[in-house]
Amino acid sequence: MDLSYGPTFDAFREEVRTFIATHKDQQPKHGAGPKSEEARSWQATLIKNGYHSRTIPKAYGGFGAEPDIIKSRIIAEEFSAAQMNTGFSGQGISMLTPVLLEMGTESQKQQFIEKTIHGDIIWCQGYSEPGAGSDLASLTTKAELDGDEWVINGQKIWTSTAHISDWIFCLVRTEPEAPKHQGISFLLFKMDTPGIEVRPLVDMTGSANFNEVFFTDVRVPKDQIVGQRGQGWQVANAILGHERGSLAPPDAAMTRLNGVIRLMREETVAGERVIDNPIFRDRLLKLQGRVLAMQYNDMRLLSAKINKQTDTQLAGMVVKLIGTELRHEIECLGIDVMGEIGISYEDNPYLRGNGSWQYQYMYFLGLIIGGGTSQIQKNIISERGLGMPKEPKIATVGA
Amino acid sequence: MEFGLSEEQTLLQDSVSRFLKDNVTLDAVREVAAGDTSDANIWRGLADLGIAGLIIPEAQGGVGLGMLEAVVVSEALGYHIAPSPFISSAIVAPTVLLAAGHTDKLGDIAAGNLRVGVAFSEAIGARLDAGVHISDDALTGKLLFAFDAHADAYLVNGPNREIFWVDASTTGLTRRSLTTIDKTRTICELQFNKADAVPISEDAEVMQAGIDAGRMVQAADSLGAAQAMLDQAVAYAMQRKQFNRVIASFQAVKHLCAEMASQLEPCRSLVWYGGHALSEQTADARLTVCHANAHLSEVAQFVAKTSTEVHGGMGFTDLVGLHYWFKRIGANRQLLGSPEAVREEAARLQNLID
Repeated sequence: MDLSYGPTFDAFREEVRTFIATHKDQQPKHGAGPKSEEARSWQATLIKNGYHSRTIPKAYGGFGAEPDIIKSRIIAEEFSAAQMNTGFSGQGISMLTPVLLEMGTESQKQQFIEKTIHGDIIWCQGYSEPGAGSDLASLTTKAELDGDEWVINGQKIWTSTAHISDWIFCLVRTEPEAPKHQGISFLLFKMDTPGIEVRPLVDMTGSANFNEVFFTDVRVPKDQIVGQRGQGWQVANAILGHERGSLAPPDAAMTRLNGVIRLMREETVAGERVIDNPIFRDRLLKLQGRVLAMQYNDMRLLSAKINKQTDTQLAGMVVKLIGTELRHEIECLGIDVMGEIGISYEDNPYLRGNGSWQYQYMYFLGLIIGGGTSQIQKNIISERGLGMPKEPKIATVGA
Repeated sequence: MEFGLSEEQTLLQDSVSRFLKDNVTLDAVREVAAGDTSDANIWRGLADLGIAGLIIPEAQGGVGLGMLEAVVVSEALGYHIAPSPFISSAIVAPTVLLAAGHTDKLGDIAAGNLRVGVAFSEAIGARLDAGVHISDDALTGKLLFAFDAHADAYLVNGPNREIFWVDASTTGLTRRSLTTIDKTRTICELQFNKADAVPISEDAEVMQAGIDAGRMVQAADSLGAAQAMLDQAVAYAMQRKQFNRVIASFQAVKHLCAEMASQLEPCRSLVWYGGHALSEQTADARLTVCHANAHLSEVAQFVAKTSTEVHGGMGFTDLVGLHYWFKRIGANRQLLGSPEAVREEAARLQNLID
């Protein structure tokens, strides 16, 4: 057990700290949109110094460093501690870029990666459909070849950022006769192509975090495909794993839990501080123990990545399931601590923490469902983690 | 950076596990539980592997390893629900004696020739007005739920969290076995009537060090026991057929197993870190021990119930013996502090209680 990163990384940490100290005032102001000049110039500064797109080759506009898990971790730690803006995120950067690096053609890499990481192209992900959620591979949005163009018809849902996106990476059915996993292709096309309609989807928080996207005879050049026809499922799955664990990082859970502690010290019921109420205190301490377990689980996963160990498969599989449920409960305690004040929302003058407790409580219920529901996670854990068999298929569906 | 077990630690766990697999079968556990035999042979075998002196320095005849190794061994003991005085004689007693600077008995403890029980319950939360007082340099009163009815001597809690050494054969000491749900370990009541006692420590920190060490290996014991219950649940579900299919193919059963696994797997990291933190005496060591102990009490309880349910009616019978694990986990939950009490300590350590 050795929890230090070792002296060789101390110098690197110093370097990161120096950058933060000397660049802190260049960060974009809170609320600066992704198309704003200050956000874009900050992004360029981060990439130039190796604090974003660190391992993306220079030829594609990245920093071109060798992958180094510890250095990436140190950067994340220092930026988080200093509450420093970490630059652009989003599905183009986190999902599509790795796909293109792995499976894109040279001209696709040239065309898209640099512009994506610099914020010139904002992407949305067209995967889920009204009839294809947990069973994503049953998607029915179809693309038919007509001369040199795909003609796309159908509908996507849960499409984050579709309303501000320049392009979409989209799963469509191109081989209707093939088995469902082998009839899908991975297409890229512009969101201003005629025939695309984006409708915002307001969720329970009151915000439109998602959209519905409708395609009617959308015509897309034939070569805007990643991988071969019918390989779209494999292309998408090459990176879907990237998304899950990152939905519920334990360090963020601990930060929120510490927020609950502050709240419990400040809020009073009939003159008594909530922290002095043993029932609330026990709930708090129970959650703290659970978060600690997830933090050390995370450390074990990091260590396995660094040391290339392979015995942590199960430890990785549980992060999304446990992390999102845990976070939902932490936010719930924050609300309960406030009692009636806890139901305040939007412009209520007694609002605490900008309304974040209620917002996050609902948002994390969304994350329990999104990115593979808790029930799907349990299937994965029992089948791939514990070696239990799949549910036998029912011969006739919906007959 | 390396978070996990070293090769040596893995080898240690493997060798203890191998011994337990061969020598502590369910039949062997049943014999001890029925009172047909004691745990003496098992403890002899473990002592020959060095387990009795695991954390005792080599200079005192021990193996000189740390608390991370102790949790690794304890996890194996819990997995096989091994009847043994490991927590009291190999962990709490040596920790207390080392912290108090009393090293003369350590060699015998390490050799497995001297079993030391522990009666600290009243320092954690006295029930039924139990406790002792001192008059004429002797102890009078009673201490409940002491570890190890077969011990040769006891470390006992005095009126003000002092610690005394009392030989089991001391005049004025009466020992009464207390039957508990967990028959893989023995628990007793110590009744003192002007019993001679040797002062060991007046420092409350010394007792705390002993309790911390005990709670940490107890958490590891529950981890191991719960892992065994999960493994048995999965194995049973894979062979039990209903409606012409193994019940492991039903989502309702799979999800129960997934819930057990996903709560239990992160516990392993928490327990490892707790052992490491105690060994290194890190600033968060005591807090981590409290959390590991209380959290494992909760998770292991969930696994104990759920695994039994996965076994259906068979889980409820004596036939499969699953109840021995269920009861070991139940006893761990209460001994050395219930989870509620331990969490209150964790709150106090963070100044959350005025």
